[in-house]
Amino acid sequence: MTHTTSEQLTLAATQGLKTLEKPLKAKQRMAIPAQEMPAQDPAVRRHNMNEVALGYSEPQARLEAERCLQCPTKPCVAGCPVSINIPAFIQKIADGDFAAAIGVIRESSLLPAVCGRVCPQESQCQAPCTVGKALKSTDKAVAIGRLERFVADWERENGLLKTPAVKTPTGKKVGIIGSGPASVTVAADVRREGHEVTVFEAFHRPGGVLLYGIPEFRLPKAIVDREIDELRAMGVEIKTDFVIGRTRRLNDLLEKDGYDALFVGTGAGLPKFMNIQGENLVGVFSANEYLTRANLMKGYDDRAATPIFPSKKVAVLGGGNVAMDAARCAIRLGAQEVHLVYRRTEAEMPARIEEIAHAKEEGIIFHLLQNPTRILADERGWVCGMELLSYELGEPDASGRRRPVEIKGSEFEMDVDTVIVAIGNESNPLIRQTTPGLATSKWGTLVVDENGKTSLDRVFAGGDIVLGAATVILAMGEGRRAAAAINRLLAQS
Amino acid sequence: MNKIIYKQQLSSDVYKMRIEAPLIAKERRAGQFIIVQIDSHFGERIPLTIADADPVEGSITIIFQAVGRTTHLLAIKAVGDTVQHVVGPLGQPTHIEKFGRVICVGGGIGVAPMHPIAQAMKAAGNEVIIIMGARNRDLLILEEEMRAIADELIICTDDGSCGRKALVTAPLKELCEMEPKPALAVAIGPPIMMKFCAETTRPYGVHTMVSLNTIMVDGTGMCGGCRVTVGGETKFVCVDGPEFDGHKVDFDNMMTRLKAYKSREDQDHHRCHLDEAIEEKK
Ligand SMILES: Cc1cc2nc3c(=O)[nH]c(=O)nc-3n(C[C@H](O)[C@H](O)[C@H](O)COP(=O)(O)OP(=O)(O)OC[C@H]3O[C@@H](n4cnc5c(N)ncnc54)[C@H](O)[C@@H]3O)c2cc1C
Ligand code: SF4
Ligand code: FES
Repeated sequence: MTHTTSEQLTLAATQGLKTLEKPLKAKQRMAIPAQEMPAQDPAVRRHNMNEVALGYSEPQARLEAERCLQCPTKPCVAGCPVSINIPAFIQKIADGDFAAAIGVIRESSLLPAVCGRVCPQESQCQAPCTVGKALKSTDKAVAIGRLERFVADWERENGLLKTPAVKTPTGKKVGIIGSGPASVTVAADVRREGHEVTVFEAFHRPGGVLLYGIPEFRLPKAIVDREIDELRAMGVEIKTDFVIGRTRRLNDLLEKDGYDALFVGTGAGLPKFMNIQGENLVGVFSANEYLTRANLMKGYDDRAATPIFPSKKVAVLGGGNVAMDAARCAIRLGAQEVHLVYRRTEAEMPARIEEIAHAKEEGIIFHLLQNPTRILADERGWVCGMELLSYELGEPDASGRRRPVEIKGSEFEMDVDTVIVAIGNESNPLIRQTTPGLATSKWGTLVVDENGKTSLDRVFAGGDIVLGAATVILAMGEGRRAAAAINRLLAQS
Repeated sequence: MNKIIYKQQLSSDVYKMRIEAPLIAKERRAGQFIIVQIDSHFGERIPLTIADADPVEGSITIIFQAVGRTTHLLAIKAVGDTVQHVVGPLGQPTHIEKFGRVICVGGGIGVAPMHPIAQAMKAAGNEVIIIMGARNRDLLILEEEMRAIADELIICTDDGSCGRKALVTAPLKELCEMEPKPALAVAIGPPIMMKFCAETTRPYGVHTMVSLNTIMVDGTGMCGGCRVTVGGETKFVCVDGPEFDGHKVDFDNMMTRLKAYKSREDQDHHRCHLDEAIEEKK
């Protein structure tokens, strides 16, 4: 496979910029080649944890920005969960005014460096993009996410991040449970209004899934730490090693500790298993466990005390971002072969397209329309293989998706020594079990109203604990909404 | 935070420490544990049972054996030092009520987690018979503390250097055959000991609770690394346990899982006493 380096891409973009004759017509804009994301060479990155996607250079960003048609109807904005004024920020990039561009994004989003990297743009802002539609491929849409990342990185790398101003103290106290993207958003928005804010985090480091789940090679932890430092600089107090429901109960915070409002952003941290034979053998892990050992506990570093299972042949079950992350971690941690087993076809995979492509480039072997029926043990009780069944696509179901149906008698075996289960997460029951009166759905998620308020007075919630395992941007959006409601409530009382 | 305010060496590699942790001291109940991490960057997270707590002083007591990287680092800390990360109290508390005659079996370091349970059982009005086992006299811990609680204290050592020369299952079996029949047995110690305690009481139908100490990461139900098979179902020890019905636990699977990282630990030259105990009793 030939690999195009960042330098080559930048050179081509620089030449491309020179040949542009302004003002550009729509047709000329659409003729500009979609700018490829520079990336580490797959052969090299399989052996390191460094970030894979290297980010646009300035010429690439400016050329990509010229592809935008500035559609008056802004279909892309409708696709953005937090309604960033996309054409406006892209125009500023085209103009070379990057400070103004990031300013536009910051009106609507708190975590652009994170979202630019992990949002599923192809199913959000880039899906309805006119350019992509005209060129008959979402891949060819304006690379909104990469442009967002470009200006967010530009701002950080040039030391231009400004700690938001905090209003005069109101004497009101808000407690925030969890420190993922939903909580970080609430903390910033509520603190800005001058309220005292305390974040309670069960782990020893704040950041939620951004820290313990999404690997370094996709989202450098320095970026997450930077966001947390920002909160601290605003005067937010962060208490780690603090489990609400155990160290202190939700009700205690309200009734005894004097909090005027609470936000629950505890995420979807309960790993689902397949409930098949052999799932408790040595060598079977939830993706949560595998990724936590690898990322939060730094299993990739020889100095880490937390051990990582020494795998040779790994099977990862699932087709989402979590599955891709686990598979790509396993390759980096030294596995010789990594197999990804998914029950449906690639078209149904919920993972970001870029991650699927990166996984394939790194040599992850995809097995589609297959599903394990049991995990096999050697004489010591360690995993030595899996029995699988093949599937074919049947009739479309209610959602219009063709359902996979098993092919009778198609059993076969696959030799593996490690199985990582990445078929999803449910919500952690700790808070609901220890908080009487907190209404939950039948899936265990918290029920909230249109302001993000739960069934309890002064208690709000958002992110994965409400939506089920969802996305960073939706968590942030929910955080925004709840923070606004909390600020209104505290202004009245 | 988490300052060490008292330290005592109980035997060659077993230590007792009192650590400042006011919130945990206030909330904890018998049977619960904490997760400890030393070194925020490269440390591992390990579970340790809360042996005692003083809500007035705002302290918790832990008793641990220096067997792995973290417990060794903990053992060399002195009074006045801090433990970087202490989180808890985790797990379900022991179900305490007046059962009648309760037999508490503690093996080796398992006597430490047994102490608060025996205390609570006694306070609830039970007749508490305590069986303590160790390889030899030097490895016996908390003898005086347990004697103060017990209606009857039976000590067993493998070499007969203290009390009876027997495994803890011998007096347990005798007690199961005696009247009044025990209403409950609680066994805490090496997995192999808990397994055989459960096998001992099974024919007599004496309900037997065991407290499992599996490998853990988060301790809040997020990773599933601590899972065990109980009555054919998967349970997470950190949130569903640590106590389970000993007659339903798949001990063989649990013991295999405890060895998942064994080769790695060997490389690190860690002597695992638990395994020694397992090998010896086989
Ligand atoms: C491996 C992986 C890859 C992903 N990839 C993507 C991606 O590419 N793009 C994308 O948009 N989304 C992705 N997601 C999903 C995304 O990360 C989540 O939707 C998002 O992080 C949810 O944010 P949150 O704030 O609701 O909670 P979380 O990020 O889950 O944070 C919750 C925090 O609360 C803490 N907590 C839980 N219970 C308690 C308690 N009782 N007391 C105190 N603290 C508590 C937890 O320790 C945790 O730190 C991925 C998820 C995973 C697991
Ligand atoms: S839809 Fe595409 S082309 Fe139109 S404004 Fe948005 S990004 Fe630009
Ligand atoms: S230790 Fe992670 S779920 Fe129990």
